[in-house]
Amino acid sequence: MVTITLSELQAGQAGTIVSIEGNDSVAARLMEMGLIPGELVQMVGQAPLGDPVEYEVVGYRLSLRRVEARRVRVERA
Amino acid sequence: MPTVALIGNPNTGKSSLFNALCGGQARVGNYPGVTVEHKTGRMQIGPPPLKIVELVDLPGTYSLSARSADEAVSVEVLSGEMPGLTRPDAVIVILDATNLERNLYLLSQVLELQLPTLVALNMWDRLSSEGIAIDPKMLSESLGVPVVCTSASKMIGIADLKLALSDLLSGTAKPLRSRESLACGAFPESFHRQVDELQRFLESQGCPLLRFQAERLLIDDPQAHSYRVIPRGLAAWVTQRVGQSRQELADQGVLIPLFETRARYAWIKQRVAGAIQRSPMDRKNSASDQFDRWLTHRWFGLLFFILLMFLIFQSITWVASWPMDGINVACGWLADQVASMMAPGPLRSLLVDGVLGGIGSVLVFLPQIAILFFFIAVLEDCGYMSRAAFMMDKFMSVIGMSGKSFLPLMSSFACAIPGIMATRTIENRRDRMVTLLIAPLMSCSARWPVYVLMVSAFVPNRSYLGGWVGLQGAVLFGIMCVGALVSIPVAWLLKRFVFPGDPSTFIMELSSYKWPSLRVVIMRVWERVLSFIARAGSLIFITSVLVWAAAYFPGDHGPADKAQAELEAQESMNNPDTTKLESLREQVHRYNAQLISQSYLGRAGDWIEPIVRPLGWDGKIGIAVLASFPAREVIVATLGTIYSLGSDQDQHSQGLVDQLRAATGPDGKAVYSLATACSIMVFFALCAQCVSTLVTIRRETNSWRWPIFSFVYMTTLAYIGAWIAYSFMSRW
Repeated sequence: MVTITLSELQAGQAGTIVSIEGNDSVAARLMEMGLIPGELVQMVGQAPLGDPVEYEVVGYRLSLRRVEARRVRVERA
Repeated sequence: MPTVALIGNPNTGKSSLFNALCGGQARVGNYPGVTVEHKTGRMQIGPPPLKIVELVDLPGTYSLSARSADEAVSVEVLSGEMPGLTRPDAVIVILDATNLERNLYLLSQVLELQLPTLVALNMWDRLSSEGIAIDPKMLSESLGVPVVCTSASKMIGIADLKLALSDLLSGTAKPLRSRESLACGAFPESFHRQVDELQRFLESQGCPLLRFQAERLLIDDPQAHSYRVIPRGLAAWVTQRVGQSRQELADQGVLIPLFETRARYAWIKQRVAGAIQRSPMDRKNSASDQFDRWLTHRWFGLLFFILLMFLIFQSITWVASWPMDGINVACGWLADQVASMMAPGPLRSLLVDGVLGGIGSVLVFLPQIAILFFFIAVLEDCGYMSRAAFMMDKFMSVIGMSGKSFLPLMSSFACAIPGIMATRTIENRRDRMVTLLIAPLMSCSARWPVYVLMVSAFVPNRSYLGGWVGLQGAVLFGIMCVGALVSIPVAWLLKRFVFPGDPSTFIMELSSYKWPSLRVVIMRVWERVLSFIARAGSLIFITSVLVWAAAYFPGDHGPADKAQAELEAQESMNNPDTTKLESLREQVHRYNAQLISQSYLGRAGDWIEPIVRPLGWDGKIGIAVLASFPAREVIVATLGTIYSLGSDQDQHSQGLVDQLRAATGPDGKAVYSLATACSIMVFFALCAQCVSTLVTIRRETNSWRWPIFSFVYMTTLAYIGAWIAYSFMSRW
């Protein structure tokens, strides 16, 4: 199974979350916000300066910096 | 009186609901030991006879894990451990109906605290436009709590909510919710065993904890805020014990913290199944998304943002200047009225210069505060605020800040007071404190008169590049940038040494766009204005009066008052003798100059002269700087008084410019030079010479520590900067 990070998704592309790296407070916050394994995430678009990125997950819009998005591994949907 | 807590995610309309329930009357304070706002209000509920209930508004949080002070405070209040507060009798959880699953995460944790719970399903009116249908009855049954549909900003469902709350409070004691019915029922058995053990031990040590809190100790990072509830003597043991338990659990394949979030979302999925229907509408075509595509567009979005910020900045500088001038004129008129009714003397000076001046210096901030908070309220309520932070985040992260710091810092270029108040929109405590502490370095409009006076007096009026670039203008622009440039390393140092911690994150919800509610906007502006007058205004006023007294006493004002009375008598004549008028005026100005140099303030100026000499200043500049503590721009009027020109000087006054150029010291050499002017400007660019700013910092951080810190660090910075500027320029 080939996985990529959330940061590599292009606008409009979606993926299924496989894992979140680390078990620190950032990882915990990402999970609390709905980024848990098995969920579908779609990349909506990026900010005019290229970072942060807007995603859709569990029915709402979430903004992540690329450095945070890189901690989420997804499988292309 | 029963107490009810109100909790919910950020952006769910929680403050609108609070205002709708309590009619906008709130008491605001701080929780002990932390800079978390404690807001309570009273409401009347139930069928007659009405009962009065106290409502405690908890900070907006996504979770009850105790990783931030906001979350820790919420857990402590809900578990009855907050000193001075009894455990709430019930809790209202407000959920954003358009984002149900994520919002239910918090509910799943609140339910485990075993308090009578009521759900307000807010933004009910927006469901159909989002293509979502929810069956509230089914949801209520599946969650095991009453659910009331509300739309707080439109006052829909408020009466129903109050009735449901009354039922909940008068209901007989409900049995505890069983573990099986809660999300924690799905936690691994080995985890529960570790929690049992921890709980038993802590209880034997006289520290009984709720099960939820014991679970948090195991799940959250060590040293997190959950440790606030542990007595100091036990902390070391708990840390060691928790580390050991976590290791054992990891060996058994229990992934902390993943298992918790997984179990909760699984519970949520199971509970909402059947109660919520999403029409297969393509979200891309919703009105909110159409807006979003343009407003965060690469070029158009940026352009719109810049225009909007320009509009806000123009409004808090140019538009606000009309009511500000109006306030000044009104205070001046009132002062004239008082002056015309009383003979010159200490009481008149106290009323005119001390009291009316003090009131004016408080009121003059209101237009800027009201206008800025009007924009903030509109942008927050319509959903653009989070996009603005989204767009500016990259830019701000270059200097180590997040996108949310942009608006407060930009506003500080008009005035630091509304800017510091606007840092409330930053949830991350570390980012908020750093933003708040560097905001006074932005070149506010009160520094402008000082710069203009110095530049027009001492910078040659030359132009370059065929008249396109004037030297005076270039120097003005340069000095405007000094503070902002210095703030970059200061922010870095503050983050590194004063607020060490994890790098800030930008994990933020981007809520859908909607029309702002006028009621909500007016309420928020009113709240801010009122809290500024009530909590910062009194201190600003007192300082103004104290500085007046320091400049007035001691000294024999008899001759000056006599001359002033003669001058006024002469002025009120139909056909005054102009030469006599002139000589009287000069006499008054001379007396006043003498009096200020004899006053406590003047003596303080002499006393600090050796300190300010390396900056190229003399004692007179020292006095003027000290006197400008209530407000920076006062320095111009004080220089006018000191140089016997009267206090009605402004930065464009040719008399004052000439006088400064001509001023000589006891050695006959000119006091002012380009180097002195630069040193004064750099000092003002960096110093915290503004009591209103310091008082606002005190009010926003609920501690004297931070205003003292700001004053010390900024004054040190200003002194060093001014010294460098003077040394460099005088050699050049």
